[in-house]
Amino acid sequence: MQSTMKELDPILEVENLSASTDNLPILKGVSLTVYPGEIHAIMGRNGCGKSTLSKIIAGHPSYNITNGDIKFLGENINSLEPEERAQSGIFLGFQYPIEIPGVSNLEFLRVSTNARRKFLNKEELDTFDFEELVKEKLELVKMNHAFLSRSVNQGFSGGEKKRNEILQMALLEPKIAILDETDSGLDIDALRIVASGIKKISNAQTGIILITHYQRLLDEIEPNYVHVMSDGQIIKTGESDLALELEKKGYEWTDNFIKEN
Amino acid sequence: MVNENLVKDVVKEPYKYGFVTDIETEKIEKGLNEDIIRLISQKKEEPKFLLDFRLKAFRKWQKMKEPDWAALGYKKIDYQDIIYYSAPKQKEKISSLDEVDPKLLETFDKLGIPLTEQKKLTNVAVDAVFDSVSIATTFREELAEHGVIFCSISEAVKNHADLIEKYLGTVVPASDNYFAALNSAVFSDGSFVYIPKGVTCPMDLSSYFRINSGDSGQFERTLIIAEESSSVSYLEGCTAPMFDTNTLHAAVVELIALDDASIKYSTVQNWYAGDDEGIGGIFNFVTKRGKCLGKRSKISWSQVETGSAITWKYPSCLLLGEESVGEFYSVALTNNLQQADTGTKMIHIGPKTKSTIVSKGISAGNSKNSYRGLVKMGTKATGSRNYSQCDSMLIGDQASANTFPYIKSQQPNSEIEHEASTCRISEDQLFYLQSRGIEFEEAVSMMVSGFCRDVFNQLPMEFAAEADKLLALKLEGSVG
Repeated sequence: MQSTMKELDPILEVENLSASTDNLPILKGVSLTVYPGEIHAIMGRNGCGKSTLSKIIAGHPSYNITNGDIKFLGENINSLEPEERAQSGIFLGFQYPIEIPGVSNLEFLRVSTNARRKFLNKEELDTFDFEELVKEKLELVKMNHAFLSRSVNQGFSGGEKKRNEILQMALLEPKIAILDETDSGLDIDALRIVASGIKKISNAQTGIILITHYQRLLDEIEPNYVHVMSDGQIIKTGESDLALELEKKGYEWTDNFIKEN
Repeated sequence: MVNENLVKDVVKEPYKYGFVTDIETEKIEKGLNEDIIRLISQKKEEPKFLLDFRLKAFRKWQKMKEPDWAALGYKKIDYQDIIYYSAPKQKEKISSLDEVDPKLLETFDKLGIPLTEQKKLTNVAVDAVFDSVSIATTFREELAEHGVIFCSISEAVKNHADLIEKYLGTVVPASDNYFAALNSAVFSDGSFVYIPKGVTCPMDLSSYFRINSGDSGQFERTLIIAEESSSVSYLEGCTAPMFDTNTLHAAVVELIALDDASIKYSTVQNWYAGDDEGIGGIFNFVTKRGKCLGKRSKISWSQVETGSAITWKYPSCLLLGEESVGEFYSVALTNNLQQADTGTKMIHIGPKTKSTIVSKGISAGNSKNSYRGLVKMGTKATGSRNYSQCDSMLIGDQASANTFPYIKSQQPNSEIEHEASTCRISEDQLFYLQSRGIEFEEAVSMMVSGFCRDVFNQLPMEFAAEADKLLALKLEGSVG
């Protein structure tokens, strides 16, 4: 099965990527390639650079790429603005979704969906057509219509914020979704809802990167590959059983890999 | 930190009303003395009571000191270096719009305020004021059918002298403050509105103030009277050309609401703000006050202040009538080196009076934006209530925001509630919106409009759309 995947062109290629913020190196040569249909999990201790990697792929302005390349669908995107990356199909699910007071969730979702549709040369949706679309997508994450009239993420519980992220992913239909600790702060039921939402949205053409600390999300969504990060590098890559082993042995076990390197 | 240059670019505003109309004007000599005041009054063929009103105001003004308590810094104004009357030359008596200089009509056309019969706005009556005089007022006959008087104040002085004599200066006395006294002495034109008993004004009324000449001040005076059980919605817009000198604008607005009457007064102020180094721009010193004289009367101010180099303005309500209601909804946006000291005064005099204050200040660039408000509960204001909310938003790290709330209560059986907040558009918020495909500029503008939502919701429909556009324009620019 893997060999057939590799015949396709990769969606995302991270090549020997180093990056820093305020002259402090965070990433120290990360390489990662995601093909259509693949699910990758990235695990590692807090501060190992996994969230930073996701932000840099999405174009966060606080980080400087000091070496290496990020390619999306074969094109170098190192210097693209975050909105250009998003419009072309890169989605970042935030670990801590940001509250935007006064901006209605519905309007935000519509403007954002239309920005993506415009890029895809699809017709932009007016308020009424968008309502139809969003209703259908709300089902996926079992969200109440009332969420739409509230300000973006404002006063949302942790679980509601995460479901709102998956709702955005459903609307934007990205080529690649990087989900940064989407499972953190979720109870079992919410985790199931989120996981089933992700599974429904992803397909053979999309790639997914799950950044997580825990096995429980990977029980719901089985990854093709598991990468372990430490100190700004991927120190080990394996298949889904690597996550199980990690769960059992803890991150201390991975410290040995660095020595092996 | 948010990328400073990026924000700077985004908040850079192209001022599209900065043109000058080349038109022959009649100006009097610079300077201010009793002769000048007599001359203005004579030019306007005013009755004696008005000349006396002006002279009395002038004598008071001479004894007054320019206030310096506002958080504003500016070069001292030389009041002898200003022309106090400037009017486009035209025929003595104009009987119809056809006789108005086409250049003037064209000017208002360009400002989006067409006046001619064929093109005029269909749902709003407009009084167009150019420098010191009113050029035209639309829909007068239609309004007259309902008994509504809508005309320039000069005309009202001629045709409705009784109303002027009865009400002028009763809300803002000539000696109220330095700038009000100056206005009372030299005011040239402005709008007059009278809504008779029981009439709901059939359309919105609007005044559009245009400053054209660079060396003359504009001193307009507006008076609105709403008789028992009547109501009116009044809109005001202002623009001026770009000059590298400062032009003084000192207006007075007086509103009077009798029993069960309601007046809604909305302003979109977009006077020229000066360039990004703070050269030029209008000095806007305005006294606006409404008197809720009658029981259950209501006066509501909403303002969107985006222009002027300096704004000094506190639209206020005197709540005399039992159960009368005062409201103040304000958005003040400052950029570059603009300074605004604006807010309101809610003076609760009668029992069971209610007031609401919602103020949103946005400061960008190196600007300074202050909210200054007074809520006062008098001894007889039992069971009265006030709610104030003052929010500030900072864009970039060079701008400043201040809040000066003054609360005076002489009535223990009343409630005053004050909430205030300051926020900054954070890089994380911008990144979040951008990471959803929303352009940087649009992201800033979405957040600013979101911040102002509570106030925009209070504006009349057409104005709300205009205000949203205006803010977006102010925040528009070439990114990167």
